[in-house]
Amino acid sequence: MEFPILLTILLAPVAAALILAFVPKEEHMLIKCVAAVGTFVSLALSLFAYFTYDKTVGGLQFVFGHNVTWIKDLGVTFFLAADGISLPMLLLTNLIGFSAVFASWNVNNRPREFFILLMLLITGVMGTFIAHDLFIFLLFYEVVVIPIYILVIIWGSSKRVTKEYAGMKLTIYLLIGSAFLLVGVIALFVKTTALAGTPDMSFTGLAQAAAQLSRFDQIWLFALMLFGFGSLVSMWPFHSWSPDGYAGAPTAVSMIHAGVLKKIGGYGLVKIAVYMLPVGASFWAPYMAVLGVCGVAYAALGALAQKDLKYIVGYSSVSHMGYVILAVACLDVIGLNGAVANMFAHGVMAALFFSMIGFIYEKTHTRWIPDLGGLARQTPRLAAGFMLAALASLGLPGLVSFIPEFTIFISSFHNYGGLAVIGIAGIIITALYVLRAGANTLFGPPRPEYDHLQDIRGPEMVPLVVLGTVLVVGGLLPSLLFDVINSSVVPLHAAISDALQIGGKF
Amino acid sequence: MLVEFALYHAWLVPLLPALAFGVIVFLTRPWPKLSAIVAVGSMAVACFFATLAAYGVFTNHEFVEKPLVYATRWFSLGLPGMPEVQIDVGVQLDPTSAMMLFMVSFIATFIFLYSIGYMEGDPGFSVFFSYLSLFGASMLLLVISSNLLQMFVAWGLVGLCSYLLIGFYSHKISAREAAKKAFVTCRVADFGLLLGLLALQIVFGTLNLTELSEKIAHFEEYTTFGMLTLIAVLVFIGPIGKSGQFPLHVWLPDAMEGPTPVSALIHAATMVVAGVYLVGRTLFLFHEVPSAMQLVAVTGGFTALFAATIAITQREIKRILAYSTVSQLGYMMLALGVGSLTASMFHLWTHAFFKALMFLGAGSVLHALHHKADVWEMGGLYKKMPITTWTFVIGGLAIAGIPPFAGFWSKDEILVATLSEGHYVLFAVGAFTAFLTAFYMWRMIFLAFFGEEKPENHPHESPWTMTVPLVVLAVGALGAGWVGTPWHNVWAEWIFFGHPHHGPVNYGAMLLSIVLAAAGIYLAYMLYLKDAKKKRARRLAEWFGPVYRMLYNKYYIDELYLWFNHALVDGTARLMYLFDIYVVDGIVNGIGGFAKLSGDGLRVFQSGRLQNYALIFFLGVLAVAVLMAFTGPSAASLVLGGVK
Amino acid sequence: MLAISLTHYVVLSALLFSIGLFGVLTKRNAVAVLICIELMLNAVNINLVAFSKYVTPTDFIGQIFSIFVITVAAAEVGVGLAIIIAIYRNRLSVNLDDFDWLKW
Repeated sequence: MEFPILLTILLAPVAAALILAFVPKEEHMLIKCVAAVGTFVSLALSLFAYFTYDKTVGGLQFVFGHNVTWIKDLGVTFFLAADGISLPMLLLTNLIGFSAVFASWNVNNRPREFFILLMLLITGVMGTFIAHDLFIFLLFYEVVVIPIYILVIIWGSSKRVTKEYAGMKLTIYLLIGSAFLLVGVIALFVKTTALAGTPDMSFTGLAQAAAQLSRFDQIWLFALMLFGFGSLVSMWPFHSWSPDGYAGAPTAVSMIHAGVLKKIGGYGLVKIAVYMLPVGASFWAPYMAVLGVCGVAYAALGALAQKDLKYIVGYSSVSHMGYVILAVACLDVIGLNGAVANMFAHGVMAALFFSMIGFIYEKTHTRWIPDLGGLARQTPRLAAGFMLAALASLGLPGLVSFIPEFTIFISSFHNYGGLAVIGIAGIIITALYVLRAGANTLFGPPRPEYDHLQDIRGPEMVPLVVLGTVLVVGGLLPSLLFDVINSSVVPLHAAISDALQIGGKF
Repeated sequence: MLVEFALYHAWLVPLLPALAFGVIVFLTRPWPKLSAIVAVGSMAVACFFATLAAYGVFTNHEFVEKPLVYATRWFSLGLPGMPEVQIDVGVQLDPTSAMMLFMVSFIATFIFLYSIGYMEGDPGFSVFFSYLSLFGASMLLLVISSNLLQMFVAWGLVGLCSYLLIGFYSHKISAREAAKKAFVTCRVADFGLLLGLLALQIVFGTLNLTELSEKIAHFEEYTTFGMLTLIAVLVFIGPIGKSGQFPLHVWLPDAMEGPTPVSALIHAATMVVAGVYLVGRTLFLFHEVPSAMQLVAVTGGFTALFAATIAITQREIKRILAYSTVSQLGYMMLALGVGSLTASMFHLWTHAFFKALMFLGAGSVLHALHHKADVWEMGGLYKKMPITTWTFVIGGLAIAGIPPFAGFWSKDEILVATLSEGHYVLFAVGAFTAFLTAFYMWRMIFLAFFGEEKPENHPHESPWTMTVPLVVLAVGALGAGWVGTPWHNVWAEWIFFGHPHHGPVNYGAMLLSIVLAAAGIYLAYMLYLKDAKKKRARRLAEWFGPVYRMLYNKYYIDELYLWFNHALVDGTARLMYLFDIYVVDGIVNGIGGFAKLSGDGLRVFQSGRLQNYALIFFLGVLAVAVLMAFTGPSAASLVLGGVK
Repeated sequence: MLAISLTHYVVLSALLFSIGLFGVLTKRNAVAVLICIELMLNAVNINLVAFSKYVTPTDFIGQIFSIFVITVAAAEVGVGLAIIIAIYRNRLSVNLDDFDWLKW
């Protein structure tokens, strides 16, 4: 039997969490090391999986448990598999998970509970990306929500809004979204079971059966899923949980949330909603494009008005997710490639950004830009990391986010013309707010009250090194990312266009 | 053999400084001297390879018609066999790029060397050299790019280096703001360029320069004329920003906040000409669209004149030089706009030498005077700083257009090209600008280097690392133009668009430009040197008070942009934010509030009094009993929730 | 001589139940409420026994059931009084109007 690599990746953090439960709660160092080892195992294995994925064959690989029945009457199997769309997301999760452990190196308030919850959170996120069964997908998704809530209200910080409000808003918003999603999923399941005769919850099974759904069914089912996934990916106007949530959350949670959790929405849109309901998708695509562009422009302007660093990145991530929505709305090979790649790029960049802001906050005890300034002199490495993230955020050519954005621009300009131009104009505003934040935080005359600050060092450097490397390497060699994604987007797109052609005949 | 190697491994040229960047950042940062050696050494080796490659190109006339191109796939999307998008990275060597390759690496080498002296003792010495190396790598990559997207990447990277280096003294608020301004202004321009590239990719399905040039020649098969015009205009927005053309020139004078070697290398000799170079590279596109050419020419001509008028009134030495750079870039654009790649690239080539020379000279002066920048506070420096002064004078003669200095030949070439294409107005603008150029340059030279010495200044000549580059560049400023004299124009045989043109020698234009240059210098002499008290100059300024103030304040364009940015953009942003937290969030909180409100309403029934509950319970039972009595058990069971 | 029919028992039971219910709903004293509850339960007992006697005289289901009710009622009064005493010790009151701590 083949080595169950996906299962190992999934269970390594769980194992770490179990071990943590037995570690004495005073052993802070040991706790952190166990967490680091757990996430490192996952990271190493997912890197291995990423690079051994056979791009020439494409499709689902590393399949595990497709015959392990979970609930027989519902056709649920514990089906884990990875393709070119889920692998980058899996890798992203582990890159960020590993970095998040080190970004939380200075958590000394109940670290054992903190890291156990963090491990569970990472497991849940990973599970959503490698599940190939809709039920298992939803199951892992719900696993994610609860740790987030606890992490925010215990370890979070209160600024404009209290951390309790932030945690509550985040959780309830996501639950409402997932409630709609659940209704959509149940309706889809009931209808496809009626059509196919036997219940089957696997993505492929559902997609095959859903091809026979009527146009009307596809449209309203897609609308439900769009709302569910859309509020998860902070699609305008369902985005308002995002800035508040990030601002309230502790660093590691902001990193994971902005970095990967949000991507579950985009991933679900591509791999579940569009894949299963292409006719519905093509009906809603223009509306999605409008919402995407609104999100880009609106959130970029929103970010411009912020003075709290975390709010800036919060709004900025809404803005970047607007590009993903816009790209998905294009429904062509270039756009879908761009959507997935941009999710990866934004994840790395947002995580680095949040970790650097986390360190700034930890050291200066403020995130309020007017109170900061001149940190480049006192903490040069921190400043370098911050600038790197900032430049990636504005899509500097040569960093990982440029090519994904470029492909999105090609596709959206091609499909939506003038509308896309408004979205592309977002890069100017992005440059404005990102550079303004960087300049006012890092440059200018150094402030004497920060003279004693210790630059990041030792374990604190890990996020910068890991994520920074990905930012640069991914930017210089985009084919590393795109070849994998492309190998799965091409068949996906072929399936969509087939379905659309059949749909056209009715 | 070695030439062959250099030709086919031209990617080594940008790679070497890129490696130096990595080495300095990760290894040698704690040792400034070593960092400097790494940077200068790698650039010198790169320059050596570049020279070999250029030699290889300029000895083989085949490359004029058929550039040497080798490329590899960078990424592609779609089916492997027939990708929907494929972007290659590679090298395209033809005389134009070979010339740029040599020029950039040559000037960079000497400016790196100069920086050792200029930056001595600075706490960020190593960092400075790492940035310089990164810049060298990006600029050289831009020059050899075979693909427009590759060029755009390098374009972005040089912009980044420019940002980092302008803001090098980041503890100064002015430097910080200037860096930001430069980046954002160029970003606005990049937006246009990006749209242009997207349109090119969508319409023609490729961004490779050679393929594009073939396809655009038959553009009717792909698109309409209107679309092509739009693309050309969009592409041109990029160079407007990068090469400081009106109205996006505002960042370039402010960019002088950076250390002087940076101004010399990036904001005079190399990066700012990237825009000109890009238009030159894509001239096949503009050539198809006469209106776009017209736009390029008018923008260039107007910028040349516009910047020259501002330069007359400025006081800071580097600011004057910056406006003169803007003005000279305008000349280059003008030349492109009238369709003469030859003249444009020729001016680019000579300008690189004399402008880099003048910036380095200015740096030498600032170094000696401890960064006192106002030319009115200098004077008589020639006694203490002979090398700086005389090299600077050579630069001044070159830019003013006095034969046989380099600037004369190239400026003459541009004016002749403008005239021969029938653009009489633009010719007049160009000629008048030449007069202004001579005037304001020599105003600066007379004020700073000659006249009376100021007792409070204690100037001294700079160390050899600074003077050697000055001398080398002075030789360039003197002789770089000799390759393109009207009598024997070697330059035009190699670098041209379409076909080389050998017009007759236009002695009239030549004479006119010499007379104008001499007149400018004479006027400056009369006003600023002969008249020791500068009474006449002051009186002139008073007579033309409003005009003088408008020029001195740069036509208030900065203020306009500032207003636009702060009032309009920030205002909208604030509005959006308020909308977000009150309306969008208000709706979200409102939904939450609705749930809370209904709870508030319903909880009245939870009085906590046992007897109330019992009463309600009893009434309920009573109601059911009554219902049963009058309607029979089925209706009552309905009330009870369908229990049978 | 008027024979005592089922109707009499039912009327008596109804009266007793209503008196008990009235007491439960209106009495302020918790002990009195408990007593009234006993009245209601006994009304039920009367019903049970009466119906058993007149409708199914052969089997004793009603009687047995009423014995259960008496048992449960005793237990209930025991627990109820215990709670009331416990509350009284804390609050020095057996007034039901004071016992509204369960409200929202």
